[in-house]
Parts: sequence; structure tokens; C-alpha cells
Amino acid sequence: MGLKLYLDLLSQPCRAVYIFAKKNGIPFQLHTVDLLKGQHVSEQFLQLNCQRKVPVLKDGNFVLTESSAILIYLSSKYQVADHWYPADLQARARVHEYLGWHTDNIRGIFGVPLWTKVLGPLIGTQIPEEKVERNRKNMFESLQRLEEKFFGDGTFLTGYQVTVADLMCLEELMQPVALGYNLFEGRPQLTAWRARVEAFLGANLCQQAHGRILSIQEQAAKNALPVPYPEVQSRMMLRIARIP
Amino acid sequence: MVLELYLDLLSQPCRAIYIFAKKNGIPFQMHTVDLRKGEHLSDAFAQVNPVKKVPAMKDNDFTLSESVAILLYLTHKYKVPDHWYPQDLQARARVDEYLAWQHTTLRRSCLRALWHKVMFPVFLGEQVPSETLAATLAELDVNLRVLEDKFLQDKAFLVGPHISLADLVAITEVMHVVAAPSLKGIPSWLPGTIELRQWWERSSSVRPMRSS
Repeated sequence: MGLKLYLDLLSQPCRAVYIFAKKNGIPFQLHTVDLLKGQHVSEQFLQLNCQRKVPVLKDGNFVLTESSAILIYLSSKYQVADHWYPADLQARARVHEYLGWHTDNIRGIFGVPLWTKVLGPLIGTQIPEEKVERNRKNMFESLQRLEEKFFGDGTFLTGYQVTVADLMCLEELMQPVALGYNLFEGRPQLTAWRARVEAFLGANLCQQAHGRILSIQEQAAKNALPVPYPEVQSRMMLRIARIP
Repeated sequence: MVLELYLDLLSQPCRAIYIFAKKNGIPFQMHTVDLRKGEHLSDAFAQVNPVKKVPAMKDNDFTLSESVAILLYLTHKYKVPDHWYPQDLQARARVDEYLAWQHTTLRRSCLRALWHKVMFPVFLGEQVPSETLAATLAELDVNLRVLEDKFLQDKAFLVGPHISLADLVAITEVMHVVAAPSLKGIPSWLPGTIELRQWWERSSSVRPMRSS
């Protein structure tokens, strides 16, 4: 029984896990959990993850949630190139430092535009303009802090080579970019960093991973997205209510 | 030069680091950064952590922020007993899973519960609307249930038979609500089953209980 990854590539952390596994040639069976179709609230998925969230890893009988835990597990188990999650004490500490900072400063903020521009309207909910504006401001302030803190020494977030930190960050930033926010304009350092990460990953892999999120707005415009059923809609409303 | 830790024991992550270092006999110089006096906003502290937050660590020229990063750095550098962060791949992954989960869930709920139940009304003289308090406590309830049903289950500690970083981080969060001055022990309004209370007792007995 091989490795299974339960993912929806609409989700930023899922993309990070997907890209990592693909780039490192880790063999896995992809199980798509379509969030818009409510597959994460099915009885079957609940057995796997009572929290109804993706990504999830299943390795034999071992089930693991939380993208950073999954990335670290895969790094160790498949003995990937050291740079992803360096063994060096200080280099590794810098990766964890980024992951901690990321949770407070990036996660939860850069995902909001998908809600305001696509998911809210999909269920007939318009998010107030002041919240949209507040989120835009929060994103730009976060990017400023990101550049100040992590773009000093080194060509990547925590040093001179790509780590899991860069993946987690890039995939969060891709979310609003896919929704038409030009986060990179006027930010040459950030732009150069993104180019380096994408060059390292390769255009094909980036296209595979980003295809779903990059086409979501167009699909919404063509009414091609499934309308979530009531149980999913009420969960979506709870998420929308948490937008500051 | 000895390791330096910049902490305010009012802060949950600071407590986890303090307890971990003390319990493992890691020599360090304590620098108290008094949050209530705004010492974290000083230029001097900004030299240590430009983000102006505690905890922060300085090991000769190497400065580090973020509590999980600091705990893991100490774990590896000082070669603490394996149970804190097991070598076993799956056991370790469970600790990583908990540490990732708690950051936006239990941590947030405990902080909000303390502020809405105690800090605002008692220390700042500001009443919190009852719907806000109710929502905060409801969120805390949800997260404590996940702590019990997903992580603790019928185990002695969160990831297995022995205490780990997960328990240390969890207990310093939960004590944020129980140790407030107007509350004694685990108050009745704090949701939780017998299992949660027993885990609390076990964790407290393994490490020294320090009052800040």
C-alpha cells in the first residue's frame, strides 16, 4: 500500500505538498478531494480527517495532517536533497522560524481574495468592500514585513537554496495573484525571488500545480463551478464571517 | 558566551521555552522583556528581534525568533531526552502535526479567552459584549474537543506514552486561561472532560510548575 496524498490544488498548502512530492520524485497516489463539491465533508473523508481539511497524507495506516508536518515527514522519509530541510542546526532553525512567522503573517491573509472574488459570490454572498480593502492593505503590509525580515542575506527566504519555506510562501502568494492582485509590481526583490523559485521547480510543474487556481476566476465567470450544497455552504459562511 | 533567552513569562510561548530549558538543565541567561512596560518596543530589543516580539534567543551571534523554532533548536543543540521530540519518524510527525495545528487554533482561543474573560474587564475596565465572550468560549470549547478527540484520545500524553514538546506547548496555552487571578484551578466554565483534566495533572507533575 503506497503513499496517498489527499489534496485539492485550490488550496495553498496542498499545492506546496504536491509540488514537493513531484519535484522530489516521491511516488504517490493522488486522491483529489474537491472542496467545492464538498468531498471534504463526506463520511468517508471524515474517517480520514475528523477536521475535514486538506492536505492529508496516508502512508500505510499512518495518517498525517498539517502541511508543514507532511513536508517534514516526506523530507525525512524519502531522504530528499538536504537543502529542502537542512540538517544544519542553524539553517533548519531558520526554516522553522519562517514557518512560525508564516502562520501569523501570511496564512489566513493571502487566501482571502479567493473568498471575496469567487467563493463568496458563488454562494450569493458579497463581502463588504471595507473588508476587501482591509485585506488588500493587510497583504501589502505582510509583504513589506516579509521583505524586511527574510530578504536580507541569501537568494531564498532562509538562505541560498530553496527550502520548504519557499514553497509554503510561494503558494500562498499565488492565491491572490490568480485572482488578479498584482502583488509583485513594484517589488523587484520579491519578483526575483519568485522567478528563482519557479525556475528551480520548472515551468511544467508550476503549470500542473497552478492550473486549477489560475483558471478559477474564469470558470466562475462562465458559471462552470459547482454550486456547493447546503452543508458546505454553511461551513463556507463560517469562514467568511472570520474575514476581518 | 552562554545562551540568552529574551522572555516574558506572561506569554505562553515564553513559558514553554523557559520550562523546557529549566527542565533540561540548559544553561541560559534570562533577559526579562516586560511586555506590560513596553520593553519589547525598545531599540535595544529590536537589535535582538527586529519584529519586536518575545520569545527571542541569542546564541553568540545567532539570533532566533518564533517559539517552535527556538524549542527545536534547543532540542537538537542540547541533545535532550528523545521523548521531547522523538527520532522515530511517525512519532516526530505527530509532534510536528500538533505544533502546526495549535498555532492558529488553541493558541488563539486561549489568548482570546483570557483577554475577553479577564484582561479587558478586570485590568482595563472594559466590558466585553456577551455575544463576543460567548463566541470566544465556544471557539475554545471546539478547540479543546479537538485536543481531546484528535490528539489526546486515550493516550497518557498527546502523542504517546511520554511527554513531548506538544504537551509542553499545549499546557502553557491552557494554563493561560486557568491561571488567571480570578480563577482557581480548572474552572467549571472551561469545557473539558475527565480525560483532559487527568492529562493536565500528568503533564503538570512531569515538569516543574512555575508561577510567573
